Amino acid sequence: MIPTPDISHLKKSDYEHVYEPAEDTFLLLDALEQDMEQLREIQPLVCLEIGSGSGCVSAFITKILGPSSTLFLCTDINRFAADATRATGKQNKVPLEPVLASLASPLSSRLRRAVDILLFNPPYVPTIPDEADDAQTGAGIQGSWAGGNGGMQITDTFLQTVERLLSTKGRFYLVAVKDNDIPGIRARMLGDYGLKSEITLHRRAGREHLFVLMFHR
Amino acid sequence: MVRLITHNLLACHVKGCTSNNFPLAFKDVQIELREAEMNPDFLRGFLPKIDWNALVGAARELGDTSLPAETPEMIDEEFLQTLHHVLLEIHVEEGTMTCPNCAHVYPISNGIPNMLLAEHEIG
Repeated sequence: MIPTPDISHLKKSDYEHVYEPAEDTFLLLDALEQDMEQLREIQPLVCLEIGSGSGCVSAFITKILGPSSTLFLCTDINRFAADATRATGKQNKVPLEPVLASLASPLSSRLRRAVDILLFNPPYVPTIPDEADDAQTGAGIQGSWAGGNGGMQITDTFLQTVERLLSTKGRFYLVAVKDNDIPGIRARMLGDYGLKSEITLHRRAGREHLFVLMFHR
Repeated sequence: MVRLITHNLLACHVKGCTSNNFPLAFKDVQIELREAEMNPDFLRGFLPKIDWNALVGAARELGDTSLPAETPEMIDEEFLQTLHHVLLEIHVEEGTMTCPNCAHVYPISNGIPNMLLAEHEIG
């Protein structure tokens, strides 16, 4: 059993700016723990988390893989989130590398087919499209959940780059909710990019029906 | 924690800036050295992903001249030690990184590179 990372250094005031780990975060941790053996087997060199927020997920996977075996890159558009990710790395004595960036933009040309583990717990809540755009521009906590049309506005942008980033043995874990049209996502990824997928875990949490999807070549 | 391993993966992504946009040039840097656990398997695995010229150049900008100009044919323990130090133990805490092509400046503050672009710069 892998212990949940220590996030006791993050206070209520931090969570005014950074998404606080919740059911969706813990479902992703459970999905990674469930695949622990396979994740170790592929001997990943590069792990990239998009929208790392508190840094809880990347700190957790560092504990699965060991701190020196993999490079753990974390992007977020939110300055407070990048700071929180850095602090969570320190608190758990794991080397997380936060980069203030939208999705994988500044890394995508150098990481072509080089990412072994790709993680994204996106803003998946359906909102009006403007709300999602404003949240991304504002780069605050709204950006962690406001997903626009079908909750897929940000995810869809990122899905277009996944195939280019993923290594031959790479695995992409994505959190989604039922409203995101999960069969549709899987069909598009297969049809447009030839990426196969599995639902590795799903759980009901209050009003949300949460899923973790795993895509691979 | 802008370590040279991360710097070696960051390219300018301003709209239309698609050639000669790597490596970003360090300026006005503050550096901290922190020991990290060495993992020879990781270094050997990562070596083919490194843009060697960019790494050697960036290390020199930070005042470290320990790397050979070309990757050695024989990867021995001594070389891996040197590579480990340069890639993973030098932390740029403050400073800037400038694109060699469009001269866009990316600041580094509190060890975090700010690669965000203004709306009109996004491709």
